[in-house]
Amino acid sequence: MKRLAMVLCFLMAGPAFAVQPDEILKDPALEARARALSAELRCLVCQNQSIDDSEAPLARDLRLLIREHLVKGESDAQVMDFVVERYGDFVLLKPRFTERTWILWLTPFAVLLLGAIGLFRRRPLASEAERPLSEAEKSDLEKALK
Amino acid sequence: MIAELGHFALILALGVALFQFVVPLVGAQRGDPALMRAAIPAALIQFLLIAAAFAALMHAYVISDFSVQNVFENSHSEKPLIYKISGVWSNHEGSLILWVLILALFGAAVAVFGNNLPLELKARVLAVQGSIGVAFLAFSVFTSDPFTRLDPPPIEGNGLNPLLQDPALAFHPPFLYAGYVGLSIAFAFAVAALIDGKVDAAWARWVRPWTLAAWIFLTIGVAMGSWWAYYTLGWGGFWFWDPVENSSFMPWLVATALLHSAIVVEKRNALKIWTVFLSILAFSLSLLGTFLVRSGVLTSVHAFAVSPLRGIFVLGILGVFIGGSLALFAWRAPGLKAGGLFAPVSREGGLVANNLLLCVAALTVFIGTLYPLALQILTEDKISVGPPYFNITFGPIVLALLILVPIGPFLAWKRGDLGLSLRRLWLGLAAAAAVALIVLVIDVRGPWLAPVGLALGAWLIVGAALELAQKIGLFRVPLGTSLSRLAGLPGASFGMALAHGGLGIVVVGIIAMSLWKVEVIAAMKPGETRQVGAYTVTFQGEAPLTGANYTGRAGSFLVTRGGETVVTLVSEKREYRPSRRTITQVGLNQTLAGDLYVVMGDSTADGGRAIRMYFNPLVNFIWLGAFSMFLGGAFSLADRRFRVGAPRRAPALGTVPAE
Repeated sequence: MKRLAMVLCFLMAGPAFAVQPDEILKDPALEARARALSAELRCLVCQNQSIDDSEAPLARDLRLLIREHLVKGESDAQVMDFVVERYGDFVLLKPRFTERTWILWLTPFAVLLLGAIGLFRRRPLASEAERPLSEAEKSDLEKALK
Repeated sequence: MIAELGHFALILALGVALFQFVVPLVGAQRGDPALMRAAIPAALIQFLLIAAAFAALMHAYVISDFSVQNVFENSHSEKPLIYKISGVWSNHEGSLILWVLILALFGAAVAVFGNNLPLELKARVLAVQGSIGVAFLAFSVFTSDPFTRLDPPPIEGNGLNPLLQDPALAFHPPFLYAGYVGLSIAFAFAVAALIDGKVDAAWARWVRPWTLAAWIFLTIGVAMGSWWAYYTLGWGGFWFWDPVENSSFMPWLVATALLHSAIVVEKRNALKIWTVFLSILAFSLSLLGTFLVRSGVLTSVHAFAVSPLRGIFVLGILGVFIGGSLALFAWRAPGLKAGGLFAPVSREGGLVANNLLLCVAALTVFIGTLYPLALQILTEDKISVGPPYFNITFGPIVLALLILVPIGPFLAWKRGDLGLSLRRLWLGLAAAAAVALIVLVIDVRGPWLAPVGLALGAWLIVGAALELAQKIGLFRVPLGTSLSRLAGLPGASFGMALAHGGLGIVVVGIIAMSLWKVEVIAAMKPGETRQVGAYTVTFQGEAPLTGANYTGRAGSFLVTRGGETVVTLVSEKREYRPSRRTITQVGLNQTLAGDLYVVMGDSTADGGRAIRMYFNPLVNFIWLGAFSMFLGGAFSLADRRFRVGAPRRAPALGTVPAE
C-alpha cells in the first residue's frame, strides 16, 4: 500500500513518459541544467513527484517551459523565479528559507546541536563523587561476600 | 453466512480485548494471580477470533463473493488467486483487520512464550496490548466494517488497482504491519514498567527480542517497498521521500535507536528512562504512520474531511495512546532510578551518539513530512517538501552517523580510548582512503559525494569485519584458536557485523546508483540501436500480449555487450480489465555490477516508440545490504541469550556480565 498518492497520479495521468524524447534539448549542458531544475519542481497534479518524474501533461508543459527559458539564455535562478511567480511557492520541492519555513530548516540542526551539547556537558566520570553504600546495601554486600 | 460469522467473531474479539485490557490490570494492582492469569487465555481467544474474522474475509475474496461490498470494490473474478488473497489487505477495511490480526498474534506470542516473565509484568503487558486491541477493533467495527453486504449482489467486482498486482507489493504490507505492530510490545513493556516503577537489565532483555523481531519485519517491509517502487513505477528511482514511505521509515529509525539503547540498559543498567521513552516513541510513530496513511490526510487535508468519522477516530486513538503514555511517562519516569555512569567517549557514549543522530534523523523526516500539513492548516500557505530538502538535512546527519558506526563497537564500556580504537581500525581507514583515491582517479570531475560516499561504504564494511576479527583475535592467536572462537561467538556478534556491514553495502548501492546512473531516452523504431553504458540495446519490435486479466503490447529488446548477446529483454504495456488502466512492465537484466532497465513508452508521431533505458550501477547492493541487515537481525534474535523468557530477573545483587 505504498505511495498511494503517487499511484493515483500515475493512473490519473495515464501512461506516458516522464521526459519525452522530443523534449530533450540538443545542447547537453543546457539539457542537464533543465533536468536539474525539473527535479526541484513539483508536479502540480501529482503528490510529491517532481515534474522530472511526472507523467502528467501539465508537468510536460512545465518542462517545455523551463527549456524555452533556458534556451533564451536565462540563468537557473531567473527560470526558477519565473516559475515561482507563476505557480507560487508550492511548486518548489526545496522550500525557500523564509519566515514561514525557518522552523522547518533549522529544527533538525538545532536539536542535534542541543543534544550534542547536552551529551558533552555531562559531568565527566572522574569528578562524579562516589556515593557511600547505604546500610541496607552494606548488609547485602556482607551477606553476598560470606 | 460466513461473512456474518466473521463479523460476529470480530465483535466478540472486541469484547475479549476489553476483558484482556481491564481484568489483568485490576489483578496486577490488587495482586490477584487468578485475575492476572486471565490475560493468557484472553490473548489466545482474541487472536483466534480475529483469525476467524480474517479467514472469513479471505474466504469471501477467494470465492469472489461480490455480495460483500469490500470484495466487490477491490476484487475481480478473473484475478489470479494470489492477488485475490492479497486483495484482502489492499484496502482500508481489510488492512485494518490484518493490523489487528498481527497485533493479536504478537499478544498471543507473549502469552505463550513469555513463561519466564514475572506474572505481574506479563499481565500488565498483555493488558496494554488488550487496550490497543480495543481501540483498533472498535475502529474496525464502528467505522470500517469489511463485512457490509450489498443487495442485490453485483455480478462482477471492480478489480484491484493493477499497480498493486505485483508479488513484492502483495506481500509487503504484512511485513510492514508486523513491524509497526511488533513495536506495540516494546510499548506495552514500557508502559508496564512505568506502572511497575521498575526498569532493569532483565526488563531490557525481555524487550529486546520483541523490538528486534519488529525491526526485522520493518527492515523487510521498507526494503520490499523500495524494491517494488524501483521496478514497477518505471523511472528507476528507489526512494522518493513520499509521506507514505516516510511513515514507515520513521518507526524504523527509532526502532533502530531503541535496539541500541536497550543494549546499554541490559549491559550497563544505564539509559533506562531514555529507553522507556524510545519504546513509547517508536510505537507512537507507528500509530502516526497508520494515521497518516489511513486517514487520507496526506492526499489532501480535504480527503480527511470526506470521511471525518474515521479520521477523528484515528486521531482519538493517537491522542489517547501517545498522550496517555507520555503523561504516564512524565508522572512515573522521575521515580525510575538512573544507573550507570560513563564518560562521553565510551561504548555507552557511542550508543548515546547513535541514539541522538538516529532520533534527529527521524525528527527530520517527521518535520519534513508534517510541516507542510501544519503550515497549511495554520496559515493556508501551501509549500512542498521534497527530496532536495531531505538531501540537505537528513543527508549530513546520517553521514555523521555512518562515520561513527564502526568506531562505537571498538570503544570500551564506561570509558573508552578514541585513539586506540582508531588505531585498531587503521585497516578500515586505509580501505576508505584507497577507495576514495580510486574513485577520484576514475571520475575526477564527478560529484564530490562519489568518493566520500563510497569510502564511507568501505569504512563501514571493513570496520564491521575488523570488529569480528578483533573478537576472535584473528592473526594474533593461532588460526585454529581463532576459528574455534568464531564458532563459539554468540549470534549477536555476527548480527552486529552483518547489520553494520549491510549498512555499508546499502550506502555503496545508493551512492553508485544515484551518482553514476546512465539514462538514455530516445524515440526508436524497430531495428534501431542505442548504447546504454557498456550495453548495446536493439529494439526488435513489438507483439500483442494476452494475460489473465489484461491485454497489451510487448516490446522486445536485444541486449549485447562487446558483440556478444547478453539477453533479450521484454517490456510490456498492459491494459487491465475491467478498469482499463494501463501500466508498464519494466524489462530488467539484473547483475551484481548493475541493472539494465528498459521501459517501453508511447508511440511517437513518426511511428516509433519512446524508449527509456537506464544502466543503474551497483543498484542491487541496496537490497543485498538490506538483506544482510535483516540477516544480522535474525542472527541476533537466534542468540540464546536473548531468547524470549530465557533470562530471569537478576537478584538484587546479581552481576551484569561486562560483555
